[in-house]
Amino acid sequence: MQLDKKQLLALATASLLGSAPAHGENTQGEALNRQDDNAQAATSKWRMETGLLYYDEKERVTAVEPVFAASKTWADGSRLSFKAVLDSLTGASHNGASVADTPQTFSGPSGKSSYTVPAGEVPLDDTFKDTRGAFSVQWSGVPEDGRTWSAGGNVSAEYDFKSLTVNGGFSQEFNKKNTTLNLGVSVERDWINPVGDSPEPLSLYSDQLKAAASEDKIVTDLMVGVTQVINRSTIMQFNLGYSRASGYLTDPYKVVSVLGLAGQPLDYLYENRPDSRSKMTVYWQARHHLEEDIVDVSYRYLSDDWGIRSHTLDFHYRWQAENFYIQPHLRFYRQSAADFYRVNLDVAPLTPGGPLVIDPATLPAEVSADYRLADLDTRTVGVKFGMTLAEETELSFRLEYYQQSGDTKPADLDATIFQVGYSFWF
Amino acid sequence: MPSSILLPPSKFPLRGCPKSLVGRGLLLAAMIMVLPACSNLGVEPWERDLLARPAMEIRGDSLDSAFDDHIYFSKEASSGGAGFSGGGCGCN
Repeated sequence: MQLDKKQLLALATASLLGSAPAHGENTQGEALNRQDDNAQAATSKWRMETGLLYYDEKERVTAVEPVFAASKTWADGSRLSFKAVLDSLTGASHNGASVADTPQTFSGPSGKSSYTVPAGEVPLDDTFKDTRGAFSVQWSGVPEDGRTWSAGGNVSAEYDFKSLTVNGGFSQEFNKKNTTLNLGVSVERDWINPVGDSPEPLSLYSDQLKAAASEDKIVTDLMVGVTQVINRSTIMQFNLGYSRASGYLTDPYKVVSVLGLAGQPLDYLYENRPDSRSKMTVYWQARHHLEEDIVDVSYRYLSDDWGIRSHTLDFHYRWQAENFYIQPHLRFYRQSAADFYRVNLDVAPLTPGGPLVIDPATLPAEVSADYRLADLDTRTVGVKFGMTLAEETELSFRLEYYQQSGDTKPADLDATIFQVGYSFWF
Repeated sequence: MPSSILLPPSKFPLRGCPKSLVGRGLLLAAMIMVLPACSNLGVEPWERDLLARPAMEIRGDSLDSAFDDHIYFSKEASSGGAGFSGGGCGCN
């Protein structure tokens, strides 16, 4: 959106009077867009944002995700927002087993159907199908002495997974609104009802031993962050995050191949992950206004007690024209493997010439062959095109290409991301 | 005042920092991050023309971010950082 001189003057006046909301008050991931707030601080209208995401992995998952969001800021600075998401997934997902020289047959999670994976191909479970609905609400109160409280919640449901999240936040402005301290806490409770019940961890796939009909977990997040205006054209954010998950963190549909002495698949074990995970993130972001264009750079470091370390670098350049913009996007991500990640498990004779058993030396108490816990590199290259229609109505298109690569064949994945967005005042 | 030990006022004037804040029992980490910010960084209210533009909102493009967070949450072992890390999805 381009502002004319009159609007800029109005903004400056609003800032002087202290009525313009500060940047970056929300640290919540689910918090909705504050875009256009500054220009429309006291509007009586709702900002509506609609979007449709189409995500398509080559030979694997396809997702279609419509989103509808509405937000309103009152004259006193309080704000309310809602968001509804529908997420429809079809396709196939890697079941954890390694690629073999012979065909492999698996029964689906329900036990009623089975699928055979041809020799040399990635074992994909094609019984994968899911529809998820999610709804969230976020509220922030009337700012007082630069202090704002906020609260929100999110519910989400899919056929084997229900989730409930509540969050609370506090922000305090200092230094002529140039510095904002943000504190946030979020607690998520999840209920998992695996199709065909959860398997007994580390049990043989051929035994089909079940553990429970339902499982659950709790994820608690704490965040502290600072948003700082550096100068007339630069703003930065620095966040520290701590998250602890406890409960059922295993993927009930993933197995680990047990290979014979010749490398042939003998059987599979159901995976088992630790029942807790603590992770820490450091996040830095800077947004800089050039003559007309805007550059945005962010970096995230993550470290957890599963042994995973990751680096994420994200870069946007917004090339601004009169009534439209073109925004290229680059993202690079690298992670190291979890301590309990194994490509497969091996067997060895217990005594020379004796029966074959899974080598105790290679069987940790926890094990997973999920490639998402392995050494992994990913790249995203994309471009967004946005155009301003009448009265601050914006239409945008985003096309991106996402690529994953790792040490195994299942980790090699290509995906296309396409998104249409339409936002307007109502 | 603790702040005078950390940042001598003569060298780093605490321009615009409310006095009631200083010495309050906030988290040490928060103090460390906030205090340097109270030095010469920032702008006067009449210098916010560029910062006030919607495209300069540091957490703008929230729809894009939410889509991305969901995709990367389900495909990578990391999440959060900019916001909370929860996903609210099974993502098998």
